[in-house]
Amino acid sequence: MSLDKDTVKNIANLARIKIADDDLGHLAGELSAILDWVEQLNSVDTDGVEPLASVVDVTLPLRADAVTDGGCRDQVLANAPDSEDGFFAVPKVVE
Amino acid sequence: MRKLTDLTIATARDGLAKGDFSAVELTDAHIAAMTAARGLNAFITETPDLARARAAESDQRRAAANSAGPMDGIPIAVKDLFCTEGVLTTAGSHILDGFVPTYESTVSQNLRDAGAVMLGKTNMDEFAMGSANITSYYGNVINPWKGKDGKDLVPGGSSGGSAAAVSARLALGATGTDTGGSIRQPASFSGIVGLKPTYGRCSRWGTVAFASSLDQAGPMTRTVRDAAIMLGAMAGHDARDSTSAPIGVPDFEAALSGDIKGLKVGIPKEYRMDGMNPEIEALWAKGIDMMKQAGADIVDVSLPNTQHALPTYYIIAPAEASANLARYDGVRYGLRVPGGSLDEMYANTRSEGFGDEVKRRVLMGTYVLSAGFYDAYYRKAQRVRKLIADDFTKAFEAVDVLLTPTAPSEAFAIGEKMDDPVAMYLNDVFTVPASLAGLPGISVPTGLSGNGLPLGLQLLGKPFDEETVLRAAHVLESAAGFDTNPGREG
Repeated sequence: MSLDKDTVKNIANLARIKIADDDLGHLAGELSAILDWVEQLNSVDTDGVEPLASVVDVTLPLRADAVTDGGCRDQVLANAPDSEDGFFAVPKVVE
Repeated sequence: MRKLTDLTIATARDGLAKGDFSAVELTDAHIAAMTAARGLNAFITETPDLARARAAESDQRRAAANSAGPMDGIPIAVKDLFCTEGVLTTAGSHILDGFVPTYESTVSQNLRDAGAVMLGKTNMDEFAMGSANITSYYGNVINPWKGKDGKDLVPGGSSGGSAAAVSARLALGATGTDTGGSIRQPASFSGIVGLKPTYGRCSRWGTVAFASSLDQAGPMTRTVRDAAIMLGAMAGHDARDSTSAPIGVPDFEAALSGDIKGLKVGIPKEYRMDGMNPEIEALWAKGIDMMKQAGADIVDVSLPNTQHALPTYYIIAPAEASANLARYDGVRYGLRVPGGSLDEMYANTRSEGFGDEVKRRVLMGTYVLSAGFYDAYYRKAQRVRKLIADDFTKAFEAVDVLLTPTAPSEAFAIGEKMDDPVAMYLNDVFTVPASLAGLPGISVPTGLSGNGLPLGLQLLGKPFDEETVLRAAHVLESAAGFDTNPGREG
């Protein structure tokens, strides 16, 4: 499958990665080449095969519903590029 | 006396126990080596002060007859994918600029608890995405080995800094992580031992995530015995990782009996590929012969879906990566590049913070998970993954281990294969299938190419049967008699 520039632009928007218009062309080419290559899987007969999401075949464990963490606000904020009054700070989203 | 940096983990352990040298002396020797070899660019962050302090604590424990075990006082390097408390952790990416975790990953904590001395954090492909250690924001790592033309070679990737550090004798061992071959392939390129344990053997908690259904930490060392010792200190159940196996950690070193009489060694015919490098094919034949000489039964097996493993991997791994890397948004840690709105800030941060290969994979992952394409790509790949895993299950009904090449070539020069992503992906052709099946695998340095560069063979085993893998690897290592010294130092 060949991706065009608009599709790449749309994916990049979904992934929140800004791509310069000049780069869309070669990126579309690279991604199309990878897609062409992975599409060889279409030749594999997988009718009736269950998708394998995890190689661990144990049931996910449950633990007691008890508080095991928390009370570490300063640690959580320690690496924030910007924080204020105990909160992460971001550009204004509400006028 | 031998130089302290020429010891192995096992011989250093014995020397420390006998009082031949102290942990501080052993650590100082490695700090000096690390400093002298900065040209390799193996480390992103050196932690000599921390190392000396931990070595001194180790000596105090020993003096009080309270040693923490075989890793106590052993200087190691830690891949910069493991979060380390109070020490910069970058994952080789610009987007984690200045990130200093306030917690320690389970694997590095286990090593700390075992008394291991961290010398620093090793360079790596950005977010572990690469096979040559050329995608790091912190620059290429140089392989300590050189071919006849003397060109700088890649150490393999993504755990290239760890491989170079162990090969060049800057550390006795190093942690690596392996998603599709990132421990085993650099081990082969750098002439060392690299062990990817069974998925679930080592906790993933606190390790920067790439592809969560595949990522697994493991040891990189100069001998199989060292891999056994170090894995023992890294592994173990962890309630904070729901995929961590709730099973005990065996004494892996005790498995090294030196005896593989009657062991069934499978040779998968699909790994003999068209256009295969004749040197790799010859080495593989030599390895088969070594196992036979040691008393193993060689059995031909078939893994019919092998050829589908790489494309399957390059759908699943980018899909998981695109989800995992969504967290790098310029809000909670690392780089922030301002923008007029919140969305613009996200997009600017991720554009500047991620390198080309990471962007490619995030975009690819976003695409294959997007509405309308999910079933055609992602679901399809998960179904093929099931077929690949079933191939192994069936093969292991007839054999105990599989013997294959680790990588399709020797180490290549920096700059080669950089323009074609798919050509680079082919580096993992022999390692990816076992990753998809979650199986343990080890690369053992087995011979030199005509160009004088190391080549490894890979042994794969049943789930949670690292003991048999190590036992077979130990015999292969003894038979091969490979000299791991790249001869760069001194």
